[in-house]
Amino acid sequence: MVMIETKAERMVINMGPHHPSMHGVLRLIVTLDGENVVDCEPVLGYLHRSMEKIAENRTIIQYLPYVTRWDYLATMFTEAITVNAPEKLANVPVPRRASYIRMIMLELSRIASHLLWLGTFVADIGAQTPFFYVFREREMIYDLFEAATGMRMMHNYFRIGGVAADLPYGWIEKCEDFCNYFTPVIDEYEKLITNNPIFRKRVEGLGTITRDEAINWGLSGPMLRGSGVKLDLRKVDHYELYDELDWDVQWDNGGDCLARYLVRVREMRESAKMILQCLKQIPGGSYENLEAQRVLAGPKSEWNSMDYQFISKKPSPTFKVAAGEHYVRVEAPKGELGVYIIGEDSVFPWRFKIRPPGFINLQILPELVRGMKLADIMAILGSVDIIMGEVDR
Amino acid sequence: MYGGIDLQKSLIEILSGLGLPTDVAKLIWMVLPMAVMILGVTVGALVCTWLERKISAAAQQRIGPEYAGPFGLLIPLADVGKLLIKQGTIPAKADPLLYTIGPALVFTSVFLCYLVIPFGQNLIISDIGTGVFFIIAISSVAPIGLLMAGYSSNNKYSLLGGLRAAAQSISYEIPLALAVLAIALMTNGLSTIDIVNQQAEYGILSWNIWRQPIGFVIFIIAALAECERLPFDLPEAEEELVAGYQTEYSGIRFAFFYGGSYANLLLAGLLASILYLGGWELPFPIDKISDALGIQANTAWWQVLAAFIGLTATLVKTYAFIFFAILLRWTVPRVRIDQLLDLGWKFLLPIGLANLLITAALKLAFPFAFGG
Repeated sequence: MVMIETKAERMVINMGPHHPSMHGVLRLIVTLDGENVVDCEPVLGYLHRSMEKIAENRTIIQYLPYVTRWDYLATMFTEAITVNAPEKLANVPVPRRASYIRMIMLELSRIASHLLWLGTFVADIGAQTPFFYVFREREMIYDLFEAATGMRMMHNYFRIGGVAADLPYGWIEKCEDFCNYFTPVIDEYEKLITNNPIFRKRVEGLGTITRDEAINWGLSGPMLRGSGVKLDLRKVDHYELYDELDWDVQWDNGGDCLARYLVRVREMRESAKMILQCLKQIPGGSYENLEAQRVLAGPKSEWNSMDYQFISKKPSPTFKVAAGEHYVRVEAPKGELGVYIIGEDSVFPWRFKIRPPGFINLQILPELVRGMKLADIMAILGSVDIIMGEVDR
Repeated sequence: MYGGIDLQKSLIEILSGLGLPTDVAKLIWMVLPMAVMILGVTVGALVCTWLERKISAAAQQRIGPEYAGPFGLLIPLADVGKLLIKQGTIPAKADPLLYTIGPALVFTSVFLCYLVIPFGQNLIISDIGTGVFFIIAISSVAPIGLLMAGYSSNNKYSLLGGLRAAAQSISYEIPLALAVLAIALMTNGLSTIDIVNQQAEYGILSWNIWRQPIGFVIFIIAALAECERLPFDLPEAEEELVAGYQTEYSGIRFAFFYGGSYANLLLAGLLASILYLGGWELPFPIDKISDALGIQANTAWWQVLAAFIGLTATLVKTYAFIFFAILLRWTVPRVRIDQLLDLGWKFLLPIGLANLLITAALKLAFPFAFGG
């Protein structure tokens, strides 16, 4: 068959940094041939705030309020990694109760992050309504955060050797209520979204990453697990007390946007399950019980031992980052969030290199959108789940 | 069947009775229904914008506009007031002439279609023989205006939006026309009045939706695409093209697009009710009521009442369609451009053709039921 070749001039279009679906201030220079994407070049740096340099002349305690601005949707993780780095370097022990509180907060934060991702992802495909639904549940999580930490987003809750304060009265019951309420809500989302034929058509087989590609590009988190690699740092690194919980790594073989969606939705279920277990297993139980036991048993009570503290020792404002270097990582909702810290026995770290998952995951974007349609850019970018705060730091 | 009230004759008679010459009275009559129609359609479109806000709010567990008037009913007026007062800017490198003509073209083409829309037996501006054909012909002018707006804005998003609008309108006009053609085949005419009267005999049972279920589905899908409503709102897809062809527009020119799109939605609803849902007919013949009450069908007050009931019936059906469209908009994601064109050319077009052929065959086989 003879095809008449029609060649139109290519259009270079500058999407962002103020485009409605660029998730903050990402800028894409897209070359279009009609509706087809020929090339795409991400331009970063519009939200660069010298986060790593700032860390070099702050003590860890001073620096903690900054870190929630990296990934402002999964704030607990940024705090966790910031205190984990010097903790591991100086071998600071963490009481079991503190560790459990940390796990609860981390998993709540993971749910909050995935929820907001769900809203924006579906909104990127054109359905605006779920965005409002996810805020309903996210608000509840933030209420829980507010009750425990005093702040909704920028908590400043983690401390070297534990957390800043114990859980308040009645918090554990409220958290349990939330988890029991939340699981059916995910079913509701799935009913609304997962089998919607238009949604399926838009995401199935789109932006496929093979297993090898995912590993070679250094992807992590749901991006990696969506491509059939069963790697979760909570299982691999055995940090906090995740080994004491009964849970599975969520993964999928598809490698496409749908697989990433499914992995994240399943992770939300799994997190809710983990929180419920934490709430049952937390040493000392709810705060009011712990206090009652302490008062009953007097000053020498076993309830005053290390296991039942929320912090091992209040860190001194002049806490010195031990000499040595170390790479510490946690499984953040977006992937592997790591910090490479170099200490020289001073109150300031000599180097504080952040490895944000969004930054590494974003690399593959041009590869994925090449040859796709214009509308697919938004679907693929949505499925990568980036936060410009941590990409640019 | 009675003729219903004849407003034209009555008004001219009244005016002549007041001592005006008959020619002047006729002139007044020509202006009056048009003014009423423009006003009515504008109000209808404003109600649509209010419904959009309220229904989307309900779907999203919000309250929606609340303080501007009872239930926020004055919000559309605030919208209009704001857009009228706002400075209309023209981008420096835009083509000012085309930039201004574009929205006007879209707006007028939509409003012209209302010339042949009947709200009752005689509640129509002009019952021309080519009724629905006229609508299809005139409404296909709108994409030219969109393309004009997109091209003249000198903005890449606008250009893409304009091109998408043109591609979408062209592909969906054909299935729409095929669906309407099947109706015309059953009616033996294109006049909108005839189409409704043909559905009048047995109340709800004789509505076209039962005889043309496939055509109805095709019509709904194509009409949503023509109105650029989600899931087919690609020309103004916010997440992709910022606002498509409207990106550079503000003030009164934007108001033309905004009002035009809702007037278009209203038009689609009216067409759905006229073509498939029996127009101003009630689910049972209205004569039954007058018979039961023992009223002469040509009593003056009864005719006024019947016309009013008919108008209400039309609007109820229309707004039912609009409710459906709004609910759909806030429920489903958007299709991609290639999927949209695939649906239009590879699915709706063949189905529409098959529907037309089947209708023709049925008409020959069962002339009593399919308007032989």
